[in-house]
Amino acid sequence: MKISTTEKNGALIVAFEGDVDLEHSPTARKELLAAVSKNSAVIVDLHLVSYIDSSGVACLVESFQTARKNGGTFCLAAVSESALRVLQLARLDKIFTIHTSVDEAIG
Amino acid sequence: MTDERKKVIEVKDLVTHYGDRMILDNVNLDVYEGEILVIMGGSGSGKSTLLRHMMGLETRTSGSIKLMGEDLEKLPMKEAFDLRKKIGVAFQGGALISSMTVGENIMLPLAEHTSLDPQTMEIMARLKLEVVELAGFEGLMPSELSGGMLKRAAVARALVMDPRFLFFDEPSAGLDPVVSKQLDELILKLRDAMNMTIAVVTHELDSAFTIADRITVLDRGKTLITGTVDEIKNTDNERIQNLLNRRSEEDILDPEEYLNRLTGGDVRPNAVW
Repeated sequence: MKISTTEKNGALIVAFEGDVDLEHSPTARKELLAAVSKNSAVIVDLHLVSYIDSSGVACLVESFQTARKNGGTFCLAAVSESALRVLQLARLDKIFTIHTSVDEAIG
Repeated sequence: MTDERKKVIEVKDLVTHYGDRMILDNVNLDVYEGEILVIMGGSGSGKSTLLRHMMGLETRTSGSIKLMGEDLEKLPMKEAFDLRKKIGVAFQGGALISSMTVGENIMLPLAEHTSLDPQTMEIMARLKLEVVELAGFEGLMPSELSGGMLKRAAVARALVMDPRFLFFDEPSAGLDPVVSKQLDELILKLRDAMNMTIAVVTHELDSAFTIADRITVLDRGKTLITGTVDEIKNTDNERIQNLLNRRSEEDILDPEEYLNRLTGGDVRPNAVW
């Protein structure tokens, strides 16, 4: 799994690449929690994610909740079809704000 | 049609015994990635035994079983352990630990096999409870759940490591028809959302016809047929039709074998047992 961050129009874009699974989700969690503690707007770009498991989804949930408590915004962008199915299974597609692209999220 | 799909379970020439008694007699079966295979058969046909062998829980007499190309019996311990982590099992009775809460039961595989942060584990367990429609029940003890809820909690525990393979032994046994239907819907949802390969042992025909991509029918340890739901329904094999239509079948009686069975094979004067 690779993580890259960029800033655009005041938002921090955290992009994941590869598998966000049991092995890598602790790193993802650390990165996301740091991101939401320091930035009021975080966009998680998932278009290069090949697989996300429940531990990865749990990191997204925890970071989203932390961002909300901090009064910030947190959204997902370019979610792959397989990742979306995992989110839909637990009805999280109705909880997260999901944009079709990073540009739309920055919009 | 099925040949293009990836075989993830391969059972070849499987022969198994319990003691001297042969349970499975030269069973051959392939299971493809992302399919639901239902194993059917009458009582004592060997269906649960086949499932247990597919999970690597029993030692076979001969033949081979491969999961994702690997034979659990022949793998070094570490590799076998890693492969087992890809398997989720929901046993017939639920098999939750009675002294632990539902949430603790579900988190148990994570606590045993990962070093995830406790917060992550708790969210994962709650996510699985959402999936099986038991949200908010994590603090209850297993004894406080109904039969259907216990089964669903067991499914949540089986799912918590996001397994590639999910094995169910009689998921609908003892459940009322409505709860049974909900469980069928859950099995289908899991296959579709997570592309899991699922093997289910059941004797519930309605359930089998609802969830199965393919069905294999066992009879006295042998495979009678493996095919799609339509192929099974339309077969003219009398034994299969008897099974499907719940007609009992009178065994052909071999007097010599019967007498041997009753006498233990030998008539001994004054024998007690």
